[in-house]
Amino acid sequence: MWVYDKKLEYPIKIMKPNPKMASLIITQYGGPDGELAASLRYLSQRFSMITPEAKATLNDIGTEELAHLEMIGTMVKQLTKNASLKEIQDSGMAPYYVDHDKAIYPASAAGSPFTAAYIQSKGDPITDLYEDMAAEQKARSTYEYLLNMADDPDVIEPLKFLREREIVHFQRFGESLRRVQEYLQNKKRFSMPAK
Amino acid sequence: MSRNELLQRLTAVDFYLTDLHLYLNTHPDDRDALTKYNTLVKEARQLRDEYERLYGMLMALTTPSKYPWQWIENPWPWQSEFNFELAGDD
Repeated sequence: MWVYDKKLEYPIKIMKPNPKMASLIITQYGGPDGELAASLRYLSQRFSMITPEAKATLNDIGTEELAHLEMIGTMVKQLTKNASLKEIQDSGMAPYYVDHDKAIYPASAAGSPFTAAYIQSKGDPITDLYEDMAAEQKARSTYEYLLNMADDPDVIEPLKFLREREIVHFQRFGESLRRVQEYLQNKKRFSMPAK
Repeated sequence: MSRNELLQRLTAVDFYLTDLHLYLNTHPDDRDALTKYNTLVKEARQLRDEYERLYGMLMALTTPSKYPWQWIENPWPWQSEFNFELAGDD
């Protein structure tokens, strides 16, 4: 089960509206390499994972991704809060606005709604952990592209924090993968006939 | 301590814990990291208790509420008023 902690993992206090940036950042909410996909992927894969280290890693990174999902929703919310209709119209956020007003909806920057087709849960622990490492790199790249588009420090700092978390998660998945590989190697050795 | 100052310290310690937690998952035999984790758990608990006593509930289930039910109080974490500025101007 989960318990809600009524605070953010990292503070977000954006003073300047920027609907253009909001319509890009939403991709880390419901896009192909976003936080919702990450969380669902890890929290689903944990059910078939082996070794204590890898199970805990999927469980806990899957949980941290939910905190990141909340941070992304918060950024989009604050970037649009005081934006005028005119600003929304001029910014390129109009297509999102006509479907969702300023509400938070899981979609990519290009407007594709979230789909479970973004993730896999394959039952093979090595396959899944390789996917997870790739997913962390894809998310890191996306944060770098978003940082290239950003000029407000109130937006840049939380994006930098999230980018760094992808690197730490990649590292932890790599360590989990090595443990799983060791375990499978040993298992094979032990199950061989005595002679 | 002011609300923002207390929240900033708790956020920092909780983040340290989150990161150590993930590290310990793949390094369960690192005694130094485990000692650090156990020390920080105590520090975080003190900061959390202090914040909740002065400024309201952070977690249901583990925190009693004053009357009337405090959980529903604004602001929520996604509102900018909830958050502190990192520049340390508080």
